[in-house]
Amino acid sequence: MTGPATAPAIRAVGLRRSYGRLLVLDGIDIEVGAGTVFALLGPNGAGKTTTVNILSTLIPAHGGDVQVAGHDVRREPDAVRATIGVTGQFSAVDALLTGEENLILMADLRHLGKRAGRKRVAALLEQFDLLDAAKKPVQTYSGGMRRRLDLAMTLVGDPRIIFLDEPTAGLDPRSRRVMWQIVRDLVAGGVTIFLTTQYLEEADRLAGRIAVLDGGKIVAEGTPDELKRLVPGGHFRLEFADAADLDKAARAFADASRDDEALTLQVPSDGGVGSLRNLLDRLDKESIVVGGLSVQTPDLDDVFLSLTGHDGKQKAAAR
Amino acid sequence: MNPLSIYLTDSATMLRRNLRHMRRYPMFFFIAGIPIVFLLLFVFVLGGTLGAGLGGVAGGRAEYVAYVIPGILLVTVSGGAQGTAISVAMDMTEGIVARFRTMSISRASFLSGHVLANVLQTMAAVAIVVVVALVIGFRPTTGPIEWLAAIGLLALSALALTWISVALGLVSKSVETASNLPMPLLLLPFFGSGFVPTASMPDPLRWFADNQPFTPIIETVRRLLLGGEISSTGLIAVAWCVAITLVGYLWARRLYDRDPAR
Repeated sequence: MTGPATAPAIRAVGLRRSYGRLLVLDGIDIEVGAGTVFALLGPNGAGKTTTVNILSTLIPAHGGDVQVAGHDVRREPDAVRATIGVTGQFSAVDALLTGEENLILMADLRHLGKRAGRKRVAALLEQFDLLDAAKKPVQTYSGGMRRRLDLAMTLVGDPRIIFLDEPTAGLDPRSRRVMWQIVRDLVAGGVTIFLTTQYLEEADRLAGRIAVLDGGKIVAEGTPDELKRLVPGGHFRLEFADAADLDKAARAFADASRDDEALTLQVPSDGGVGSLRNLLDRLDKESIVVGGLSVQTPDLDDVFLSLTGHDGKQKAAAR
Repeated sequence: MNPLSIYLTDSATMLRRNLRHMRRYPMFFFIAGIPIVFLLLFVFVLGGTLGAGLGGVAGGRAEYVAYVIPGILLVTVSGGAQGTAISVAMDMTEGIVARFRTMSISRASFLSGHVLANVLQTMAAVAIVVVVALVIGFRPTTGPIEWLAAIGLLALSALALTWISVALGLVSKSVETASNLPMPLLLLPFFGSGFVPTASMPDPLRWFADNQPFTPIIETVRRLLLGGEISSTGLIAVAWCVAITLVGYLWARRLYDRDPAR
């Protein structure tokens, strides 16, 4: 790596980008420490992919300064490219080649030399559980296999900074867990990871720091715990048999929000056992008959409700 | 490594990639087959009448075989170039190009790989067309030096037309458009001296036919294979090829380097 050891792996200041008249990134600041995992969390259309594309030199920014591995992405794109690996949202594999040929292509383009290249390719095929499929054309691969090959191709040159744009979108739960483990192993090896995701859980499990991107601005940033404290989205969901019971309950819990159509009441809470006991005691005392009860933990919608005052999904659809 | 050796190494890697594509999904059958069909059609269906109009001593079909081969060879070259527009456009719809763009590789190598692979494929098709021509009675009258020069000029025109075709593939928003845009290249040998002498055409068309790039190239190939003075025509042919290569290369580079997300 170049640059002083204390320098951040990625630093963006006042990053702006628009498509035609549509402003997609409205001056965002990002700093990612070397050897850490940073998650950019946001709904579809928030500007996550645009951010990755700019940081990885694929498209130019329209304003702001970006340094990756200590190099300016505009002035020294090749120095940046030599340090990074990118796995985009859409599979960046050559479907007409076999898995092994794809990896050899990467090894040759990284100038690893024939012997070292083949050795690295063999190791990656094994590590990513692609040995059986190595000689088959990628066209025959499943979604999970493609994604694994895609990431393996990114790793051929041992990049020190890796961008993963929604690495688990569309994967089944098992493949998702495999992907998470791969990310953890990379971090253990000292690699810096910048990932984007729509899933709070994923950001929570992998990242040391999370930034929430919405409408082209970063609306919150911090460790997962700091972020969760900002999000009082956890609640108990109470179901009622009739409107009279709902009325009664709504009077008892002033801070709750009611849904007259579904006959439900959402009582904000941290979701802990203590508050559940309090809730049940209260219901008992007021003699409220409850049809059903469920515990809801905060999800991305809650993050957006509390941080931006709107539902992330609706916002995305309106764009 | 210096920039030139990086360019050469990366282009060789990309060339291997494109040759693999060609081997697995062969368009070669069409690239060699279509000019052969044209050749047979023009010689055996139209050749008797067209040959009589040439006004030579031998007359008829035998004379027309000799006349039409250079035109057919140029049709082979244009048809071959057309395939590149399609394969480039197909690549541009895939994520792999985004990967190449974020890698520290020679940027032109992706395009050069397509071009080199296609020139090789086109020249292989030219070789097959020549074999068929010899079988149906084409008898070149010149020596090996002239043959080599003719092959060189055909390769140079393949290079020129392929670079134009790469640019057409990049400018196309879909694979369908890319397969249609290079069509004029395929027609140009007909609007030149490829199939009948330009002297037989009405004046405005004749002016166009005499001054478009295919005519000097076809004439030079014809004289290299059958004898004749080539001095100024040959220079004009080479100049056209160099100019078209340059325009195609610069246009393609510019299209490839523009912001992919505009």
